[in-house]
Amino acid sequence: MAVERDAMQYDILIVGGGPAGLSAAIRLKQLALAAGTELGVCVLEKGSEVGAHILSGAVFEPRALDELIPDWKAKGAPLKTPVSGDDVHYFWSATSATRLPGLLVPKPMHNQGNYIVSLGQVCRWLGQQAEGLGVEIYPGFAAQSAIIEAGVVQGVTLSDMGVGRDGQPKDGYAPGMELRAKYTLFAEGCRGHIGKQLIRQFDLDQDADPQHYAIGIKELWEVPAENFKPGLVVHGAGWPLDNANPGGSFLYHFEDNKVSVGLIVDLSYRNPWLSPFDEFQRFKHHPVIAKYLKGGKRIAYGARAITKGGINSLPKMVFPGGGLIGCELGTLNFSKIKGSHTAMKSGMLAAEAFGAALLKGGSGGDTLAAYPELFRASWLYDELFRSRNFGGFLHKFGALVGGAINWIEQNIFGGRFPFTVHDRIPDHATLAAAAESPKLEYRKPDGVLSFDKLSSVFLSSTNHEEDQPVHLKLTDPSIPLSTNLLRYAEPAQRYCPAGVYEIVGQGQERKFQINAQNCVHCKTCDIKDPAQNITWVAPEGSGGPNYASM
Amino acid sequence: MKVLVSVKRVVDFNVRIQIKPDGSGVVTDGVKHSMNPFDEIAMEEAVRLKEKGTVTEIVAVAIGGAKSEETLRTALAFGADRAILVKEEGEVQPLTAARALAALAKKESPGLFLLGKQAIDDDANQTGQMLAALLDQAQATFASRLEIDGNKAKVTREVDAGLETLEIDLPAVVTADLRLNEPRYLKLPDIMKAKKKTLDTVTLADLGVSVAAGLKTTKTSAPPVRGKGIIVKTVDELVAALKQKGLA
Repeated sequence: MAVERDAMQYDILIVGGGPAGLSAAIRLKQLALAAGTELGVCVLEKGSEVGAHILSGAVFEPRALDELIPDWKAKGAPLKTPVSGDDVHYFWSATSATRLPGLLVPKPMHNQGNYIVSLGQVCRWLGQQAEGLGVEIYPGFAAQSAIIEAGVVQGVTLSDMGVGRDGQPKDGYAPGMELRAKYTLFAEGCRGHIGKQLIRQFDLDQDADPQHYAIGIKELWEVPAENFKPGLVVHGAGWPLDNANPGGSFLYHFEDNKVSVGLIVDLSYRNPWLSPFDEFQRFKHHPVIAKYLKGGKRIAYGARAITKGGINSLPKMVFPGGGLIGCELGTLNFSKIKGSHTAMKSGMLAAEAFGAALLKGGSGGDTLAAYPELFRASWLYDELFRSRNFGGFLHKFGALVGGAINWIEQNIFGGRFPFTVHDRIPDHATLAAAAESPKLEYRKPDGVLSFDKLSSVFLSSTNHEEDQPVHLKLTDPSIPLSTNLLRYAEPAQRYCPAGVYEIVGQGQERKFQINAQNCVHCKTCDIKDPAQNITWVAPEGSGGPNYASM
Repeated sequence: MKVLVSVKRVVDFNVRIQIKPDGSGVVTDGVKHSMNPFDEIAMEEAVRLKEKGTVTEIVAVAIGGAKSEETLRTALAFGADRAILVKEEGEVQPLTAARALAALAKKESPGLFLLGKQAIDDDANQTGQMLAALLDQAQATFASRLEIDGNKAKVTREVDAGLETLEIDLPAVVTADLRLNEPRYLKLPDIMKAKKKTLDTVTLADLGVSVAAGLKTTKTSAPPVRGKGIIVKTVDELVAALKQKGLA
């Protein structure tokens, strides 16, 4: 179908209105202002508004924000709860845990000077700052694909609106526009679907270790005032996960009696019977966690994949016509489990490089070496370099021994062991066969501390126009019921935190059902499917979760 | 003919409503807001009338806080020619809204008022009716079809028994029901153009409108949680269970 598309031209187009994209936009406008000239900057956001698809813990390190907007306090940034205490627990079992003395806590896990925030609220505020500087932000519009002409990225095509489930245009069909720019920065977050194509097309990852991921599942609770300790950070390792299926947990006392609680499960987990969602539900029953939630009420739920490979997995940052920033690039510091300040900094560095090129009169379209050069010279590189071995230690030696080695490297060697540990098995290749793995039986949720998937997805306020093509594409539709089911008991049923994938019916009637309207855009399926057979593409703009303050 | 369309900023229909712990209302801070869906339908109808040539000018009106400006920008992106914000940060009850719209009618003399049948936040379903009464004009509520012919309008209404078609004299007040139309997708260039269209701000005092306070919210609470169900095996068991609950 040949479609006529409207087109618009900008100096810089940014795909994704999260911390990286918005920081880049703000920095670009600041540079233009300082140079006394104009830069046309456009930010696209697939969520219904800025912040709607943002989910993070979140303990926020203000280092990048201090540089970007030094007077953020006066400008009303929603950083209101300073961290008041850092508890780290090792969970031995469902009932016992040991709190680590402060001395034994690795330095990157110290949170003095940091804030407990809702990253969604921080992004909304950053969005206002950006708009105040003249950035054009368009929420509700999803970039569908990159426009690549003669090997140069020229911008993106937006997804069409008003296409039916059968792929045919409905009444009110509106073809997606083309947004073109001299440079395009991709800030889609972890496993962005266009970023994934660009990495492949331009071989950006040829010299890097495979990227590594985790899935973070989070709930927001309103707890009784007597349980609430503003600013208290509680991190945990160990139960309910183990060395073959590693991860960690968090519980942050945020503001107004609200507590964020979550579990992060490495997507390198081996047991195909494992369900990150159910592990999280049972985790909340641990006395160390339950004591804070008791008598409270769950008010929000969400999940998102995390890019955590760090510097060893970092792809090339630039290609002709643009670059990758934030979690799309993979700047999260896993040893701190923090990615907001690093994402912001990467956006700012990109802005400084790409902005300078345009302000010098450049016409764009080139592979800009200045961005990786600025990156190499920045504190961001230094910080990621020091943390490069964390994930590898944990995968190779488990939480206790790996954690101990990490403590030695971080607290004694300042993150500078003279060697680097590589982790070269991609996360989709780690599953053992179902028949060879212990089958995990999860207890029914009690409806007080633990819940089922459907009532959880309900609290993510997820919505998609129902009559549209399924946005989770199977390359080979037979794989779920053939190899995946036989060998791995089709793990999609369990790793998806939103109940998108189901096997329904019996015998001849049996089929693999995709409930795409439930999708919370976490991207786990795109990462973990052992056959790499599921491709996540953007649904119609504004579809997906509507997180308020996640 | 000029059409006035009133649009209200409400908590988005996708948001799971949370009650404030003290029961004084629902949580609106940090929550996504958007145009009341029935007002979107009214807005779409106005644009379609303009596309047909029946209407020459569309004026969008919002009564509410400064943030209602966003809702008016959406209306302008739909195709309103200009917008008026009647700025009032406090509570706006249906009668206040109706009075404000009636006051604007004096200035603007529209040939038609198009409103959503109700707003999804308070579900009051009163403003259109009150406005018609204040203006002493005909009203056609719950419209699922609207045809304008000269200074008359034929309006199909969704009523309990089915469909009812009225013929009314213009100027009149028409409120939109769900099936009147399906609002279009907003296009990026239209959203851009909307930023440059005229948006005037007035206050209730400018319009000489007094704030109505006839309604007092005493308590907001969540609906009762549904209890656990039981599975019955036979009709007899079902009947027995219903009888036990006093339902049969």
